[in-house]
Amino acid sequence: MSSSLKVKGVSVVFTTKKGPFHAIDKIDLDIAAGEFVCLVGHSGCGKSTLLNLIAGLNTPSTGELYCDERLIVGPGPDRGVVFQQHSLLPWMTCFENVHLGVRRVFGAREDAAALRRRTEAALNLVHLEEAAGKYPFEISGGMKQRVGIARALAIEPRVLLLDEPFGALDALTRASLQDELMRIVEQAHPTVVMVTHDVDEAILLADRVVMMTNGPKATIGEDIRIDLERPRERIGLAGDSRYVAYRKRLLEFLFLKQGVRDTAGI
Amino acid sequence: MKGLFERPWVLSLLLFAAFVLVWHLATGGGAASQAPVDPEYAKLIGQSGPAQGQSAMPTPMDVVRRSGELLSHAFDRHGTNDLGIGWHLAHSLARVLGGYAIAVFVAVPLGFAIGLLPKLYAALNPFIQVLKPVSPLAWMPLALYTFKDSGASAIFIIFICSVWPLLINTAFGVSAVRQDWLNVSRVLGLSVWTRIRHIVFPAAVPMILTGMRISIGTAWFVIVAAEMVVGQSGIGYFIWNEWNNLQIASMITAIVLIGLVGLGLDVLLAQITRLLAFQE
Repeated sequence: MSSSLKVKGVSVVFTTKKGPFHAIDKIDLDIAAGEFVCLVGHSGCGKSTLLNLIAGLNTPSTGELYCDERLIVGPGPDRGVVFQQHSLLPWMTCFENVHLGVRRVFGAREDAAALRRRTEAALNLVHLEEAAGKYPFEISGGMKQRVGIARALAIEPRVLLLDEPFGALDALTRASLQDELMRIVEQAHPTVVMVTHDVDEAILLADRVVMMTNGPKATIGEDIRIDLERPRERIGLAGDSRYVAYRKRLLEFLFLKQGVRDTAGI
Repeated sequence: MKGLFERPWVLSLLLFAAFVLVWHLATGGGAASQAPVDPEYAKLIGQSGPAQGQSAMPTPMDVVRRSGELLSHAFDRHGTNDLGIGWHLAHSLARVLGGYAIAVFVAVPLGFAIGLLPKLYAALNPFIQVLKPVSPLAWMPLALYTFKDSGASAIFIIFICSVWPLLINTAFGVSAVRQDWLNVSRVLGLSVWTRIRHIVFPAAVPMILTGMRISIGTAWFVIVAAEMVVGQSGIGYFIWNEWNNLQIASMITAIVLIGLVGLGLDVLLAQITRLLAFQE
């Protein structure tokens, strides 16, 4: 099950010591149920801010956001979040980290055994069944991020929000997690919004790439559909002329149109 | 051989040996290099004073001998006014642990509350800031007047000196929980109680334990002074009593024992911290 998302005229102004900072300006964005959207832009362009708004962790200064036509007023278990820094609780085992949310969301309706099965299933989905009893400090960065994904998926969200989930990982781990994410999304089919600044990652994973202009007053620069059939496979795509064309378009946007930061957002 | 001298404990041992040697030479192995004690004063303090012409400062061997005597009779008890040094240490420890335990029971919940409620913190902060720098001994006459009991007063003094580090560290640990972890709690929609129990409390444990470790050190510091003022027993009282008898060797023994017990308390708290605090 998945939900549609609607962003309507959203601006965010942060109050800082140096005065108000206009992070994003009058963004409109419609995301269909089941769509996989990547938000791409330079660092500090407000793409994480936009993701936090959808998650309900921040509130917009003006404008509204809707999830399935319902106004977003705060975080909710219909929207699972995978954080940039895995954000696992270090005093809990991987199992307990995932179980915390499972108990919260399904605890009222299901018995303990069923809850355990849910947590185990989520860990199996990311191939971590044998790390369940380990603490976060005992496992690698890639495994931690997998637990983070399992935690978000275990509560069966209709929308999955990922904030540069693979940014801190090495290239090989990142590739294998991208493949896993594709497989998982194919199965559960939630709506996905993912922030990244990796052009290849965006084209490989997304149905649609939304490119944001540089902040302050960031807004949507380009919005392109990635028409590549699924399942996608990175080696085959590397030589595909459509893939190369998408890549060129994204790179041109990032480095020619948005390359000089001083002229951004005016 | 070069390797041996690079080990820190070898150097420690050499330094200690050098210190003892200088001490031995300075106290003269019998040589009358030091000014003798005024015979008038020696008469005043009676037979416990040193023989005429000899320094009051004991030699290292005197201290070793005296330590042996004190430790072999550490838990002797000849009436209420003649206790072995072990009993004195035990009395001091009991007072420290009593006042400290009360401080933990008061300060950790209160610190938790003010960490969670910034308005309460702001309201209490002026009092904390004014009372914190007050020397715990300044409370002593007031405590004696209020409690009419020297033991209770000493425990109160320990409470008052332990309470501030515990309060401030707990409040800080609770209010400075990483935003990432709080976001996790919000995204999962955890209830207030689950958030406090499973996120805020475990996250604050290292800071609470740091406060506990600082406090136990301060408490052990302060008990010596407190017992010098009010004591009928305790290691502080012991030192003051031995000073009145001019038993310097006993005083030195007591100083070393105070250091060792303080070290023991600190190591204990460090071990507890290692067991309870999370690892990252």
